[in-house]
Amino acid sequence: MSGLSRTDGPPERRTLQATDSRLRGLSPGRVVLDNGAVFIVKDTHTTPAVAINLAMRAGSICDPIDAPGATWLLSRTIDRGTAVSSASDIAEDLDRRGISLTITVTRHLFSLVCTCLAEDLEPVFELLGDILMAPSIPEDEIATRKGEVITAIRQDEDNPAVRATETLMALLYPNGHPYGRRTKGSIDGVGSLTRERLARLHADRFAPTELTAVVVGDVEVPRAVETAARVFGGWRAASPQAITLASPAPVTERRRLVIPMMNKAQVDVAYGFATLRRADPAYYAFWLMNHVFGQYALGGRLGDSIRERQGMAYYVSSWQEANVVEGPLVIRAGVSAANVDRALTSIDEEVTRLVREGVTQKELDDSRRFLIGAMPRALETNASIATFLQQAEFFGLGHDYDVQLPDLLRAVTVDEVHDVARRTLDAERSTLVIAGPYEE
Amino acid sequence: MSHARQTPQKKATLDNGLTVFIQEEHTAPLASVWCWYKVGSKDEGPGLTGVSHWVEHMNFKGTTNIPRDQVKGIIEQFGGSWNGYTWIDQTTYLETATRDALDRMLFIESERMAHCLYHPDDCESERTVIISELQGGENDPDQLLDQELTATAFKAHPYQHPTIGWISDLQAMTRDDLYGYYRRYYIPNNATLVIVGDVDTDEALRRVEHYFGGIPSGQAPPRVRTVEPEQTGERRLTIRKQGTTAYLKVGYHAPSVVDRRFFPLLVLDAVLSGAKGLNLWSSFRVPPPQRSARLYRALVERGLASTVSGSLMPTQDPFLYVVSATATEGTGLAAVEATLLEEIERVRRDGITEAELTKVKAQLKARLVFESDSVSNIAHQIGFFETVASLDVFSGAPARIASVTIDEVAEAARSVCGDSNRTVGCFEPLPVDARGET
Repeated sequence: MSGLSRTDGPPERRTLQATDSRLRGLSPGRVVLDNGAVFIVKDTHTTPAVAINLAMRAGSICDPIDAPGATWLLSRTIDRGTAVSSASDIAEDLDRRGISLTITVTRHLFSLVCTCLAEDLEPVFELLGDILMAPSIPEDEIATRKGEVITAIRQDEDNPAVRATETLMALLYPNGHPYGRRTKGSIDGVGSLTRERLARLHADRFAPTELTAVVVGDVEVPRAVETAARVFGGWRAASPQAITLASPAPVTERRRLVIPMMNKAQVDVAYGFATLRRADPAYYAFWLMNHVFGQYALGGRLGDSIRERQGMAYYVSSWQEANVVEGPLVIRAGVSAANVDRALTSIDEEVTRLVREGVTQKELDDSRRFLIGAMPRALETNASIATFLQQAEFFGLGHDYDVQLPDLLRAVTVDEVHDVARRTLDAERSTLVIAGPYEE
Repeated sequence: MSHARQTPQKKATLDNGLTVFIQEEHTAPLASVWCWYKVGSKDEGPGLTGVSHWVEHMNFKGTTNIPRDQVKGIIEQFGGSWNGYTWIDQTTYLETATRDALDRMLFIESERMAHCLYHPDDCESERTVIISELQGGENDPDQLLDQELTATAFKAHPYQHPTIGWISDLQAMTRDDLYGYYRRYYIPNNATLVIVGDVDTDEALRRVEHYFGGIPSGQAPPRVRTVEPEQTGERRLTIRKQGTTAYLKVGYHAPSVVDRRFFPLLVLDAVLSGAKGLNLWSSFRVPPPQRSARLYRALVERGLASTVSGSLMPTQDPFLYVVSATATEGTGLAAVEATLLEEIERVRRDGITEAELTKVKAQLKARLVFESDSVSNIAHQIGFFETVASLDVFSGAPARIASVTIDEVAEAARSVCGDSNRTVGCFEPLPVDARGET
């Protein structure tokens, strides 16, 4: 075990202490390797399978200003060859084990995610480590993957929901802000990316200090720790320069943009605000506010009004993504062209009512009870536990976050929810995008 | 390492004909309840297409003992989720929540079976919601092509029409149509109740008897008698519509889940496009391992398509095996189709290799493990297979997959993937006009 510096005691002991997770929480083992890589492991024994989630803090905010979409294209090519394995070798190795490797890019994270049989953990973890640390990014693979990405961008251009949401984000986060850029980039931009550019991006941003590796499943904890140390312990690369994100400029007036797509049958509406940071003390009040507003049961208050009472939409809801800087709150609805104006009026009314009146004690209690009660379900599968642990690590929430969370939610008051609604929402300063068979 | 051992299911049948399965899973303090009905869009006649799905929506609108305004929150107070879906053979409802919600979940499902309200105002309100759902689907060219391909491939069997229904039927259907359909099919002797989770089997069965035992059985619902006649020649359709991307689908009439060729065809599909498993509820959430699959290599690796997928669903009657591809920007559908059919012809001519058989069996074995990772998924599989065939088909799936031979796969390829059994669907995008562009 040389080379390991454990931050909070031997994981094997902690795992023994945590055999009844209902009482003690997840209690994952967490190890920081000498090179700064973080390894988190949680043993569960529901199925003979293991979820692996490797997250690099190298998401789309790392796109060079002159190379939008580079991170996305890197995500499509990174598993297409390494110093020791060809694309074909990797394909055969994953396929014969029944593994589907998913590589995702969010604003902040570049993640390799898969589930494998427990018996395959070590070779699969080694392969993923090789992919992450030493991709060869072959020229011929870049050409093929560019074709796929360009086709996906063209599909997005024909999708009212994507058009509405991406345009809203560009309006909320203007002037090239990383939160406002399309993750996939543009057709011209993708076309001009070179192997050298992708290799440089990888060299610049991928380093052990940026890695959190999570393993959850039917594992022996000490053996998993040994595997992680063997695979990542020898990785040496300089820490990348931190990227500083600006807060979005305040919105001073209501903005409305229509994207006519007359070949479509239904309109998608995206209506939103830039709101607050994940680290904001009001975050839990904000989370509960949004849950009452656009999540509880079938779309919260919005669903009650627009779907249940007025029958205008199959779906309507709101989601929030408080993030490293002020993240968005987005209301989404799919409505017929004839109902667009009525639906927008109803959304305005619900926003205004929330700002004016806040939420009731019953609404707050209902949402709180739901979010706390839903935790066993949210932490039922290996993959969902791994995602939860990654989120806790990224935002620095502590590895007992699952234990703390109910109390954090219980502490929120009606007044705090009202305060955060007044602070983050204002129909007069909303931004809305309408995409579909609709014209002003 | 050891892992939790699945306990066998307890099966019981109440006096009113309700079939009950209970499986204890003590890995999390949760319980999942699913109530399945043997009714889907194939049971709908002309003028009533979409009624099964609409009825499903109406069954969330309050009951005699659950007022409309109390539906919301009844499961949420236990941190639970609820949902339902309708497809060609089945309609199902589920709640998954903490184990202390078991009584409440059983109460809801018993109310849904016997006491839904169908208030005329709710029927009207839901009409526009469903039409909105239909139009949302039409926004997606791939979904539109799938609907049209299915309608072209079938000329007699009611699998022909989409589960959501045809728009004219949705506009014309009445409250009485909906309520009459509900009363005909929502009876205990047409249903299967499944409970999986942190429960005690004997106690759970007593609670089932308490809530469902008093619901009277009904006259056995009518069943589809039509058998799709053998297709005698290739069928084709082309949708030309404004869009940005070209899509291809090739569909073959496929065996039902109880046909001896079903599992060999599942293996063949895995060789062609990667193993999907058998869980309609969860399989689509995780893409299949397909990098080394034949069609992926022939189409995606050669830059002709950006995606390729195969779809073989376990169904009661013979449905379709569909291969779908998205042409890359600048590639014509003719080139995609020619390459796809060349691969199909190659496997019909030469079969698959031992190495491929070994590989996809391992894939399918892994997928069956992966898709049983939650009480909801386990409960889904029990109810799904009992509804479309029998639970024995699912229980026997691992052994049946392991026993599939190269010769069986070759025979399935020859008998299913022939020209005359084929329907080809193309979506050819027309340039988006000025009003459709930003």
